[in-house]
Amino acid sequence: MTDATTQTGLPFNDVIPGAVLETTKNGLVVAAEKLPELARYLRDQQGYDYLSMVTSVDWPQYFEVVYYLYRVGSFCLDTARGRHGDTETDLAASPRPRVPASPEALVLKVRLADKAAPSVPSLISIWPGADLQEREVYDMMGIRFDGHPNLRRILLWDGFEGWPLRKDYRESYYEEDTKPFKSRHPEGQHLWVEDRVPWKDNITYPIAWDPDLFTQPTVQYRRIMEVDKAGNGDDADLKTERILLNLGPQHPSTHGVFRMVLALEGENVVGLEPEIGYLHRCHEKIGERNTYIMNMPFTDRLDYITSMSNNLGYALAVEKLMGLQVPERADYIRVIMAELTRVISHLIAVGFLFNDLGAYFTPALYGLRERELILDLFEAASGSRMMCNYMRFGGVMADLPAGWVERARDLVGNRLPKIMEDFENLLGGNEIFLGRARGVGVLTAAEAVAYSMAGPMLRASGVPYDLRRAAPYSIYDRFEFDVCTRPEGDVWARFRVRMDEIYQSIRILKQALDGIPEGPIMPPGKKQYQMKVPAGEAYGRIEGPKGELGFFVVSDGKANPYRYHVRAPTFINLTSLEKMSIGHKLADAVVILGAIDIVLGEVDR
Amino acid sequence: MFGSGVLKGLGVTLKEFVATYVDDVKKIPSRYAGGKEELDQTAASAQNGIFTVQYPEERRKLSERFRYIPMLVYDAETGEDRCTACGICAKVCPPQCIWIVRAKDEKGKPITQPAEFYIDTTICMNCGLCAEFCPFDAIKMNNDYEIAAFERMPHLVFDLKELRVPTTYYARIKPTDWTAEEAARAAKEAEKAAKPERPAAKLETGSLKLEPGSAPAAPVVAVLAAGAQRTPEEVERLKAEAAARRAAKAAEGGEASASNPAAAAPVAEAAPAAAKRTPEEIEQLKAEAAARRAAKASGEAPAAALAPAPVPEAASAPVAEVASTEPAAPETSQAVPAAAAKRTPEEIERLKAEAAARRAAKAGQGSGQ
Repeated sequence: MTDATTQTGLPFNDVIPGAVLETTKNGLVVAAEKLPELARYLRDQQGYDYLSMVTSVDWPQYFEVVYYLYRVGSFCLDTARGRHGDTETDLAASPRPRVPASPEALVLKVRLADKAAPSVPSLISIWPGADLQEREVYDMMGIRFDGHPNLRRILLWDGFEGWPLRKDYRESYYEEDTKPFKSRHPEGQHLWVEDRVPWKDNITYPIAWDPDLFTQPTVQYRRIMEVDKAGNGDDADLKTERILLNLGPQHPSTHGVFRMVLALEGENVVGLEPEIGYLHRCHEKIGERNTYIMNMPFTDRLDYITSMSNNLGYALAVEKLMGLQVPERADYIRVIMAELTRVISHLIAVGFLFNDLGAYFTPALYGLRERELILDLFEAASGSRMMCNYMRFGGVMADLPAGWVERARDLVGNRLPKIMEDFENLLGGNEIFLGRARGVGVLTAAEAVAYSMAGPMLRASGVPYDLRRAAPYSIYDRFEFDVCTRPEGDVWARFRVRMDEIYQSIRILKQALDGIPEGPIMPPGKKQYQMKVPAGEAYGRIEGPKGELGFFVVSDGKANPYRYHVRAPTFINLTSLEKMSIGHKLADAVVILGAIDIVLGEVDR
Repeated sequence: MFGSGVLKGLGVTLKEFVATYVDDVKKIPSRYAGGKEELDQTAASAQNGIFTVQYPEERRKLSERFRYIPMLVYDAETGEDRCTACGICAKVCPPQCIWIVRAKDEKGKPITQPAEFYIDTTICMNCGLCAEFCPFDAIKMNNDYEIAAFERMPHLVFDLKELRVPTTYYARIKPTDWTAEEAARAAKEAEKAAKPERPAAKLETGSLKLEPGSAPAAPVVAVLAAGAQRTPEEVERLKAEAAARRAAKAAEGGEASASNPAAAAPVAEAAPAAAKRTPEEIEQLKAEAAARRAAKASGEAPAAALAPAPVPEAASAPVAEVASTEPAAPETSQAVPAAAAKRTPEEIERLKAEAAARRAAKAGQGSGQ
């Protein structure tokens, strides 16, 4: 950044005058109208090729849209041309400086003083990965993104009135702004929620919107139904008609309540749009009502397959704010839990990918069986199999029970390698699978980075970006492991990367189980149920099993987080679903979705 | 060779298929024959065959830390609650499913005992934070996961009666924690015994007299200990201030305090400015609350007979608010649950008594051993 600092002291202003208005401790404040220009410059000349997160904060005087940029080093790999909906992105515009990956973030902030009608230019033409995230910001805070081709609600439905993450919004059965509620103690007569508040259900609809007359709007799918430029459709020799197909939300292959709207030409996918939000549980709003510690069990419910990793990500973010030092033993326990979680997640991902392919439940159940053994360990340590709620700020809830390490060592050393061998024999060479997976859903390295893909999705496209290596957190810098990549970028590569990562996890687990020291599991001092979190903001990110899992926490020094945002990897990975599916058959779209490995608990939050 | 991958895979499934039966044969007589109560968790590398547990004939052996719904531990010997109604569990509860009414002595002073304690198990997310942060080891996580019921009301809102378990039960389900806690407690007491009892001495010298009848005087002691240097007048003033604050808060709480008619009456008079409700509204709420209590009292007898140990006026789950604007007369207790359920109050009480008896029997298994 210093290389671009001008005499005014503000970075990048020599190249784009007036772009940066202010430097703050937590990022650069950027003028809204200069944002796209600056973003393009940062991407092309400064190597900030990866837009990790877009979110917003509702401050009393203004809205703040926050962008987290990272250097992933994709321009050291190759270039490609990306298409996203109607928007052409010029990824191969000009030769670029080869900037390697680096762990530091560049944070851009746009402050929108007009609270009545906030709007900011969309970055979708520079990073198509901004698509779903910008829609989410619009949905939650009502900030318009000019130039976004499809700006409409994403998690909430069209009949929803209001912008829920604004501070003045009051939900149904609103009781108080923050927990703990005063009605619970010392005069806590139990009342059903329905009777508790005079607001009752508090449902309002948008003006001139009648729930009885509501029909699914068809206009929103116009984009994917349009005849494309290649002339397929009306002009072709064979007269065909496009079909609009709703796949889901009740469909065994959608991994939960996920719906994709497909435009089909025969069997071929010509357009696709993910429709989500069926499992939206107001995670972030609840998170702002909660105290810091209360959020911990809620993170379990994000991606319910990987609750331990979620705990870790949130704990890291808050520890960053509090400046806590984690004891050595607790760090080891955390790594062990996170890696066991990765094994679970990848086994399930692989198993259910085969489910989608029609290998009905044999691989999935083999995976689930191993998961049971790992969940036994989780239960012994944390008291719960799935909703572990195990990590605390500064450590973990409780020490490992007697004999736990031996059990884990037996599982990791004696069982998992054998099972992986079985998995390789069962799945790895299966010709039907290879036929269905090779060359399907290809995403090049540059596209994967532009679409903000993360985790196995990114690495399967040949980008060796793993946060455990690129920006080590906890104690990952002391373990030996390889970052698994495949150059192909197809479904098969994603399967392969996941399998390889299980081997690497086993490697890390062996080292961690051998190296775990004795000692305390929490920093000294009494256990606090209400901790002092200094004002500030922190973004804690970990390499979750499904990708970069980030927790963005803003504190104003009170007992509750002022803003709490989750960068859900599978939610953002869905952005590229259309890109990957176009040109393939309907049956392949299901497999491509399966290879993303979405969990709706996390997508919808 | 094309197809060899598929064949290899089929080989794996065949191996698994055979292993299932081999494992079963090895365990003759088959585990399904007699129906073992609890399946042990063996070493991972030794597990073969089918993992399926034939519930409810078989059950997995639970880990000691396994947690489900919270429970309140009372001393099996004295029958005293460990809970002091401090409210930390209610404050740390993420879904806010704990409701506590602090007990009061005859003079209306709060004492360190819960008068009523509810956990809405339909809301509880089994996180265990309440047990983790309880400073008195009073709330612990039960491992009884078979609490299914046909209706939320009244089965799934656990009151004091249903939540209380003896220490013996706790010691049985969580022996490790129990031993550790008892050791810590013993160490603490030994430490305390070693020191001269200073707070008690201060209490003697202070001019404030404690009435012998006024139940546990812990809060008073605490006040005195903390403000040892304060003059009696100052103490009185601080206490009055605190009472005023509480009254103001209670008036804010409105509905909640109104359900306790004894407390609500002076509150409504003491802090009329703070109250947002009209007097009529308060009257109506009070009448409703009285009706609720009357309904409760009418069904109290059988429940009390079944309850273990001395249960402090255990309160039952409240019935839904009466929707009509007309205040329900206290003597017509049948009018109360109109909105709540099609069940009569007697029926609800009976169901609750049954549930309590079931839990008591379960907990009794612990004390018996």
